[in-house]
Amino acid sequence: MNSANMLLAAPEFWVLTMACVILVADLFLVEERRGIIHMLAVITLIFAAIITLRGDYTSDGARSALAFNGSFIRDPMGDVLKLFSYFVLAIVYVYSKFCLRQFRMFRSDFYTLSLFALLGVMLLISANSLVMIYLGLELISLSSYALVAFDRDSRKGSEAAMKYFVLGSMASGMLLYGMSMIYGATGSVDLYQIAEAVRLTGSDDTMLIFGLVFLVVGLAFKLGVVPFHMWIPDVYQGAPVATTLFISSVPKMAAFAMAIRLLQTGLGDLHTDWSQMLSILAVLSIILGNLAAIAQTNIKRMLAYSTISHMGFVLMGLLPGTATGFGAGMFYVIVYSLMSAAGFGMVILLSARGVEAEKLDDFKGLNQRNSWYAAIMAMVMFSMAGVPVFVGFFAKWLVIKAALDAGLIWLAVIAVIFSVVGAFYYIRVVKLMYFDEPVTESPIEAPVDFRAAISLNGVMMLGLGIFSSSLIAICMASFGA
Amino acid sequence: MASNWPILSLLIWLPIFGGLAVVAAGEQRASLSRVLALAVSALTFLLSILLYSAFDTSTAAMQFTELKPWIETFDIYYSLGVDGFSVPLILLTTFFGVLVVIASWESIQERVHQYMASFLIMEGLMVGVFSAIDAMLFYAFFEAMLIPMFLVIGMWGGPGKVYASIKFFLYTFLGSVFMLVGLIYLYIQSGSWSILDWHQFPLGLAVQKWLFLGFLAAFSVKIPMWPVHTWLPDAHVEAPTGGSVILAAIMLKIGGYGFIRFSLPITPDASAALDWLIIMLSLIAIVYIGFVALVQQDMKKLIAYSSISHMGFVTLGMFLAFAIFQNTDSGRGAALGVEGAMVQMISHGFVSGALFLCVGVLYDRLHSRMISDYGGVANRMPWFAALAVLFFMANSGLPGTSGFVGEFMVILAAFQANFWYAFLAATTLILGAAYSLWLVKRVIFGEVTSNDVAMLEDINAREALVLGTIAVAVLLVGLWPEPLVNLMHASVDQLLQHIQQPKFPVAGI
Repeated sequence: MNSANMLLAAPEFWVLTMACVILVADLFLVEERRGIIHMLAVITLIFAAIITLRGDYTSDGARSALAFNGSFIRDPMGDVLKLFSYFVLAIVYVYSKFCLRQFRMFRSDFYTLSLFALLGVMLLISANSLVMIYLGLELISLSSYALVAFDRDSRKGSEAAMKYFVLGSMASGMLLYGMSMIYGATGSVDLYQIAEAVRLTGSDDTMLIFGLVFLVVGLAFKLGVVPFHMWIPDVYQGAPVATTLFISSVPKMAAFAMAIRLLQTGLGDLHTDWSQMLSILAVLSIILGNLAAIAQTNIKRMLAYSTISHMGFVLMGLLPGTATGFGAGMFYVIVYSLMSAAGFGMVILLSARGVEAEKLDDFKGLNQRNSWYAAIMAMVMFSMAGVPVFVGFFAKWLVIKAALDAGLIWLAVIAVIFSVVGAFYYIRVVKLMYFDEPVTESPIEAPVDFRAAISLNGVMMLGLGIFSSSLIAICMASFGA
Repeated sequence: MASNWPILSLLIWLPIFGGLAVVAAGEQRASLSRVLALAVSALTFLLSILLYSAFDTSTAAMQFTELKPWIETFDIYYSLGVDGFSVPLILLTTFFGVLVVIASWESIQERVHQYMASFLIMEGLMVGVFSAIDAMLFYAFFEAMLIPMFLVIGMWGGPGKVYASIKFFLYTFLGSVFMLVGLIYLYIQSGSWSILDWHQFPLGLAVQKWLFLGFLAAFSVKIPMWPVHTWLPDAHVEAPTGGSVILAAIMLKIGGYGFIRFSLPITPDASAALDWLIIMLSLIAIVYIGFVALVQQDMKKLIAYSSISHMGFVTLGMFLAFAIFQNTDSGRGAALGVEGAMVQMISHGFVSGALFLCVGVLYDRLHSRMISDYGGVANRMPWFAALAVLFFMANSGLPGTSGFVGEFMVILAAFQANFWYAFLAATTLILGAAYSLWLVKRVIFGEVTSNDVAMLEDINAREALVLGTIAVAVLLVGLWPEPLVNLMHASVDQLLQHIQQPKFPVAGI
């Protein structure tokens, strides 16, 4: 273990250090000065981005580098996902500060917990062994459980946290069970060695397939795809909106990375087996997510079901097992995180005087109250619906192309049909904002950093769509496509 | 010279950025919005005149081409160009772009800036549809266009606007996603997004048939063909006048343009194999929808159904070619069919746009579209009556008006294909005259039936300018269609030559 190796994990060390610093710093700060914590957290993210960008590990021509005896990997995919995690989390912080202040929950715990979760996200993204994957995953999960229960006095929040905890633990258990079987079959926890062992033994090993099933179940739980999606709507609805904002965006990128590491790096030779499983999960998610979302009157629940269908699309990118498919999935998950952050950001914006604007009707007549915010939400909705030239369209387009590439025409057709079904509930929000009369005339107020962040976030829907070229190229290059 | 400018890009982006400027002007400054919108649309129209005058009619090749990389990873280019099919449609678009702004000058009082911006952005996107040579770019414009139209119907529409706008959006969205699957498939096979490359790309018959059906799903909804037409009457009835005008005059043409740009040249063998399907659906539209139009109580609905019936002529004219090739040696009849279809599109653009404007004029005064609420309008509004009668005559295909030229060409072509096609198509001359003239009789002529009608005031200068301009265009195309036909001649010949060559790969299917 030399220092050059340690340096690969420098961003992780930095985030860990800063999480601890913030934890301690809070003890010495009076209530009124708590804004410093927010600043510290944002600075942490900015420096984490700088450290990640400056990390040079490709000097000897290799595209990736290993550390900690091969259980930690730095590669382009990991770096890109980490950078977007910082970026999305920074937006989340800006939105949450406003939200937490309004609900009198502006405590530093939110920042420490979410930074620890970010650490988990980073470890998971860079994990190259089963142990590291589990470590990262649990770090995210435990922090998230606490974040869901962040509003101590809310019964709904506590109930949601309980559900999340029980189901999440079960999923972790499943995953661990699957991992132990994989270990039993291959004799290693290192993903490279697992891949080597699978190549030698072939895919006929029953124990291996059995382990794979449990891994996929655990993965599906974490991604929240049908039929392992039950926790998503309840948790999204029950948690304070700041938490929902967080858990709906950043950890999804980690879950995507986890799927890539486990299924592609480790068990790439079992592709025929896992792609069948994923195709069932993907189809069910796209169908059920879109259909169930239509029936919702609560926007948090609606976005929860929409998340389920989006994750189905991400899986659709994964299941062909091709480099373009992985790139498509990665593009999708990044874009999804940005869209989701903007969507929940708008929910926060409309929340006034300690009441969450979680009913769809709260969006009524938004265009007449403030046409710029209505335009932002409309861009987010059209983007989620996959209408060109918003960025969500290119995400859908890439995964559909990946499916067609692999000859899965039926899957592509189902996906496009249900994206039309999905368009219905997204444009219903546009209808509420533009066609209906406002219920309240009260002006929408937000601090300037919030307004800047949501404007940037909204304009990105269009900007990243029109200028999607470079992000697509980056995602594809991460997998050498 | 003008060919050095990126004139097509200007035509697309000038209205779009103009629209953004209008919306930025804000709600308080309504008159500024109007003036700005008029200036932008007028400038765009002048630019398109420039395009027309610099256009070389002797070649079928793409002109004014622009090529810039857009998404290089997947060979997508920002690639523009126009030929004889697109130029007339672009002119139609920019022409109505100006008229719609003038026509909505007074009738829209709420959120003027958003209204004008929607129309300007829509105009830019529609020009984009007509000038994109990259399929992905085409699709992006094709879909993005739905958003402003959806907002226009939903924000300024009538009582049933929500239902109509959502139906409009979902119907057209559903149709076009199937095309998207087809487009991606073509890209995977050919490695290019250029529509022109696809024209030359060999494909087996079975694949062609699937692609053809994918294109059909998108364009048949857009144009619209029976039985997927039901969104159109709803959208027309609920949309504000400007929305109806753009919908009828230009958006429907995008369906027809799609058939010419995609279906026929990319899947010629499938088009030949499945031409019976299109012809059958077209004839059903012409005859059955003609009867449906006859019984309408609502003027806008009547015009909407008449549009569907007229669009039947467009699809009929385009897909007659294959039967004519079998029957005759010369391709002249086939060219007549395709040119007739194109002329019909342009003419219908003028006529239906004008008819919706006429209904708008009445609606602004009495706030009713029901035929039974009117009667004897000519007594109070002689100038209006004269123009409206002209447009309804053109709608029924009176010789001397633009409506006659296209229909006559298509019927002539139909005779060379099959007598019964021509026979059924010709019934439109009776049906069209019946529903148009019956409407004229009930609304415009006769005794003044109610006090409301007795209070009507004749059209003002602004309305007269709008309707008068279109009337000139209708008569011009009707009496002297030569320049219009010349514009597209080379492109039509090339298309017809192209679709006679089978596209099977050498190795067979």
